[in-house]
Amino acid sequence: MSLKSVFRREKSRVRLSRSFGGTFAIFLFLLIVGTFMALPIVYSLVQSVKPMEEIFAYPPKFFVKHPTFDNYIQVYQLCQNLWVPLSRYVFNSLFISIVGTVAYVLIASMAAFPLSKHRFPGKVIISGIIVWALLFRPEVTGVAQYIIISKLGMINTYWSMLLPPMAGTFGVFLMMQFMESAIPDSVLEAARIDGANEYRIFYGIAMPAVKPAWLTLVIFTFQTFWNTTGVSYIYSESLKTLPTVLGNISSGGLARAGASSAVAVILLIPPIVIFIISQSSMTETMAHTGLK
Amino acid sequence: MKQKSKRNDGTQPLRTRIWNARASYVLMFPFMLLFTVFVAIPMISSVFLSFTSFNMLQMPKFVGFDNYIRMFLEDDIFVKALKNTLVFALLTGPLGYIMSFVVAWLINEMNRALRWFLILIMYAPTLAGNIYYIWTYIFSGDSKGLMNAFLISSGIINDPVQWLTDSTYNVIVVLIVIVWLSLGSGFLAFVAGFNALDRSYFEAAAIDGVKNRFQELWYVTLPQMGPQLLFGAVMSISGAFAVGYANAAITGFPSSNYSTHTLLLHMLDYGTIRFEMGYASAIAVVLFAIMLISWVVIRKALSKFS
Repeated sequence: MSLKSVFRREKSRVRLSRSFGGTFAIFLFLLIVGTFMALPIVYSLVQSVKPMEEIFAYPPKFFVKHPTFDNYIQVYQLCQNLWVPLSRYVFNSLFISIVGTVAYVLIASMAAFPLSKHRFPGKVIISGIIVWALLFRPEVTGVAQYIIISKLGMINTYWSMLLPPMAGTFGVFLMMQFMESAIPDSVLEAARIDGANEYRIFYGIAMPAVKPAWLTLVIFTFQTFWNTTGVSYIYSESLKTLPTVLGNISSGGLARAGASSAVAVILLIPPIVIFIISQSSMTETMAHTGLK
Repeated sequence: MKQKSKRNDGTQPLRTRIWNARASYVLMFPFMLLFTVFVAIPMISSVFLSFTSFNMLQMPKFVGFDNYIRMFLEDDIFVKALKNTLVFALLTGPLGYIMSFVVAWLINEMNRALRWFLILIMYAPTLAGNIYYIWTYIFSGDSKGLMNAFLISSGIINDPVQWLTDSTYNVIVVLIVIVWLSLGSGFLAFVAGFNALDRSYFEAAAIDGVKNRFQELWYVTLPQMGPQLLFGAVMSISGAFAVGYANAAITGFPSSNYSTHTLLLHMLDYGTIRFEMGYASAIAVVLFAIMLISWVVIRKALSKFS
């Protein structure tokens, strides 16, 4: 290699053929798209701290002049008049989200481990089904599931909100892809020679090695369960989740615009916090999600 | 375990191979049980139920192709829902897919600190779940709606537009909201894919005369992104045809003149309100079939990248 090409390589490490104008144009474009994406969320934040007279002001203003927490207090009071207290909805949502997330991450990882690292009869077929089933979101299979759920007597129980989302193949797919490349076969082989059985290998070697993957799966799963409303499965008020409160309050129209924005903001906080905490494992994991 | 290294040569009888792999089956069992009960059985049984009349109380009664005939020949609302679903999916599916890719690509051109902030902003609508109701305040039909107030004060219109109930405008509003929601897990896969690309390829390409970002994207990046492109496509298809919940939340259920009615909503209508499970299953089967066909077509189209 000539000295010249070495020099050019060194220079290109900084950034290749990037014009300032181009970068600025990209920044502007992202700014416009970002504004569009953020606008409704910022608007709910603003609405949630608007006093009543500003919500009813004409012409309506986007921004708030005299911020107040009245709407948050109003949410609490509105729920006092409901059949069950607000804390019950919060408990239901937290219960379903935490139990569902822990259980799904565990069973999805358990299924993904042999599918990516073992060889056994039926592996190709099952892996194929896992990928094809990615196509069918729970919304689409909902009515078909309804019959099973009612035949199993799970209507109006926590089970109807917990179990169906846990049958989705997305998590298994995610873990499979990551395990395939993140766990070297030689390590597994060495553990087997040392006498470890497959269950020990699973939780002692595989799971620690794919921590970024299951942290990412925690984000996706938590998000799914946190937004569960259990629409057609739950009719007891005492089993309903926080998002249903949002639905109820926002049906009250403009008078409840402040209160429903407050609920929306409360609902938004947990997923965003979890997302920010596990960002870095997210990029690492999603790089493996490709379909071959 | 010693059996492991021996068991994979494929020469042993099937029964031995299954027995030797019992740990694999035990690990898969809990998930496969849930998958079978809540996905496989419902989907297979909806194919059978689509040929019956079934109200959940009496036994299903075989009716042949009646449900399908009724769907296409007698049920005008089904035809409308089918047309709407295809229009929504064909507009928002590719648009959301391309937008996910382009935004991920451009974010990757920004510096690190800005990158994470932008990813959070772009993904926030998906993260926020039910927050799309806020669009109903923005597009509220009275003069207190943000959009109406803006248009009136700037003199473009004189009277408030019924964004959510007028059957032309509510389609546009729904399209905006779906596009707003479309940067989902496919987008994250793209972001991560760009992040994981091997830098040395770009350096080599620069030496070989790749001049700008577009050439770099076409000659270096895309050929390495095949797997992510396919994954993004699956997620786009599954999202695009499952359109409906946002429509119902924003324009009501049913929407005026069924203008934003979709196959999913039509299925929910018959399945969870009218309890005509046979007919609802037939609608589900049509929806499954459309999704499978589009997946096969798109997979073929993307095959040159993978």
